[in-house]
Amino acid sequence: MTEAVTRRTAMLGAAATSGALLFAGGNARAQAKPTELRVGITTFLSGPASVFGVPAKQAAELLFEEINKAGGIGGIPVRAFFVDEAPGTDHLVGEYRRLVQNEGCQIILASISSGSCLACTPLSDEMKKTTLLWDCGTQRIFEEGPHPYAFRTQGYGTPEVLAPLLYLLKHKPDFRTLAVINQDYAWGRDSWELWKAGMDAMKPGVRVVAEMFPRFGATDYSTEVTRLLAARPDVILSTSWGGDLTTLIRQSTERRLFERSLFVMPIAEASLPTLGRTMPAGHIIGARGDHWNNHPSPKDPARLKRLVDSYRAKYNEYPIYPVHHMAQAISAMQAAYAKAIAAKGAGGWPNDLELSNAFRGLTFDTPTSTITLREDGQGLEDQIVGLSSFNDKFPFSVPKDMILFPAAMVSTPVGQKSTDWLKTLKPDFVSQVPAPMAG
Amino acid sequence: MMEWFSDNGLLLGLALLDGLSYAALVFMVAVGLNLVFGVLRIVNVAHGSLFAIGAYTAASIGIFFASLGLPAWAGYIALVLSALLVGAVLGPLIERLLLRRIYGHEDVLQLLVTFALFMILEDVQKLIWGVQPIMQDAPMKFLGTVDIPFGEDVIPFTAYQLFVLPGVAVATLAALAWFLRRTLTGRVIVAVTTDKEAATAMGIDAAKIMLLTFSFGAGLAALGGALASPTTSLVPGVGASTIVLSFAVVATAGLGQIEGAALTSLMIGLGRSIAVYFAPEFEVVVPYIIMVAVLLVRPQGLFGVLETRRV
Repeated sequence: MTEAVTRRTAMLGAAATSGALLFAGGNARAQAKPTELRVGITTFLSGPASVFGVPAKQAAELLFEEINKAGGIGGIPVRAFFVDEAPGTDHLVGEYRRLVQNEGCQIILASISSGSCLACTPLSDEMKKTTLLWDCGTQRIFEEGPHPYAFRTQGYGTPEVLAPLLYLLKHKPDFRTLAVINQDYAWGRDSWELWKAGMDAMKPGVRVVAEMFPRFGATDYSTEVTRLLAARPDVILSTSWGGDLTTLIRQSTERRLFERSLFVMPIAEASLPTLGRTMPAGHIIGARGDHWNNHPSPKDPARLKRLVDSYRAKYNEYPIYPVHHMAQAISAMQAAYAKAIAAKGAGGWPNDLELSNAFRGLTFDTPTSTITLREDGQGLEDQIVGLSSFNDKFPFSVPKDMILFPAAMVSTPVGQKSTDWLKTLKPDFVSQVPAPMAG
Repeated sequence: MMEWFSDNGLLLGLALLDGLSYAALVFMVAVGLNLVFGVLRIVNVAHGSLFAIGAYTAASIGIFFASLGLPAWAGYIALVLSALLVGAVLGPLIERLLLRRIYGHEDVLQLLVTFALFMILEDVQKLIWGVQPIMQDAPMKFLGTVDIPFGEDVIPFTAYQLFVLPGVAVATLAALAWFLRRTLTGRVIVAVTTDKEAATAMGIDAAKIMLLTFSFGAGLAALGGALASPTTSLVPGVGASTIVLSFAVVATAGLGQIEGAALTSLMIGLGRSIAVYFAPEFEVVVPYIIMVAVLLVRPQGLFGVLETRRV
């Protein structure tokens, strides 16, 4: 006898089957060891920011090759899926979903642009996919709300601006006037806001004689340089980077602006190899971290040398900070998988939640130090700032009189907003600045 | 008003000097685009790539010359060689292989094709020159600096910025005006710009003129890039940032108007410089404010001529 199948029973049956499949699939994903670990990586592969994005991609390729030669992670090979950030956040959001849903990436490394990170973190919440913010600097990510599946494996804007400011206050405490020339986009504006909040709190009364935000990607700064020459500020701050910064430095050098004012350039490190000997000495330079080629006392000198040498051998250039940030994210990924796999026991493989939990509070080694991911997901990375100088070891400028700022000292405490916290700093905070490093 | 001038007159003087050199760079790029736009009636988005390739080529040749131990002035030969190479090789290639196929097609198709070419050339630049900034400033360093009095102070300007850039722009303007009005080839180009159908009916080989004009425009774009290369760092995207401003100049100047391009470049250069001194928050938008203001009053552009629609 044939039983009539009503629409209601059909729908119930379909729902039950789907649920069972979903449950089974979920369990399978959570427990079965994949044949390869798929890692989605978003970075700039085109446009002006490819000066950072391409070296980072190269670093990932180099390190994944080394990891796979050594047996992979948890015994399985690692495979990267790269996505270009340049087309913008709308494109990136679609690509993030594609990486997770179509390519089956188990973890995402995103991104260089703060806008990209701000777009990706809500997706990590929604899709419950562990996302390592491997380079972006915006302080907003973890200050505006929790993101349980997102972790930043390096420092961020606040320590990267506060450390050079403290260095300036220690190095040239009597400056009275300052000018700023930053790129006209989120980082240029945000970094100035952070700097101004800290400077007004710790050294009130400094007169800002010029605030200039030239177009991002500008190819000519001659008018700005003239204005700065005429204004004669004691200090010039520029958080610019890439071609913009090298152009600004070259045009300023040619017209002797560096002889009139002290420059503070928190992101100069990435431009120094390009500038070679044309970078003027005696100006304050930062590296978005502590990973200088001439770090006087790295935690693991052999590992730092290996990274620098292997990168140089393969790509014929010195690694710049995005290379180190990518290496940090990959180190964190290795450490978290090891921790999660150990927690699962023999043969087990972590699901998304277990992987995410492994990152919380994780401490992992870098060639230069140790980074701990705080409870809010933010990594604590030390900052080293120094004065541009030359020696016989490098064909470009490296810092001297370096000061290492411990991450905890220059990072906004959990639960506070950076600009609010910076406003609470007192002039005597400068007395806590450590002495320059030996070596 | 007079009080303002007495307070800021010196700064205004500096702004004028800066504005002139910036206007010269803008003109060099925009004039080629304007010429191409006028004759081929194609909005060539890839014009920015020709600027970038001109700049990269000039820097590469300059670096090569330096490696041979040639004197610094040889850098100027590199600038000219670069423009010649792009104009004589890349320009004809693009026109023959690509643009010729889309003449007379819809604007959208032309935009898409030239945009695709722009994207391809961007990748070609990355393949050849990589992504790290490239610098070759020998031509700028060779001439040194000039101290301009500023009250009791002096402001150093590079001689390259003060003399070479405006000088080349003025020479280009004069040479173009003479070429277009006093030579047979120039007059033929003007004829094709004005009415291609009538010119063809008179026996003018329009295809040849289009090839010549595009190659010439490509060479001018490359010369603009080459002239800019000693002052800037070359990175991916340098062409994109240039092309947007060039379009503003072309729209403001009017189709195919060389003098219009010069005047508009001057307005934009001076407007931008003055903004940097007195209202830096408007620096980025000044060129577009000028464009909108002009187009509101003269939709055909400063020197443009109203055309009757052909049915």
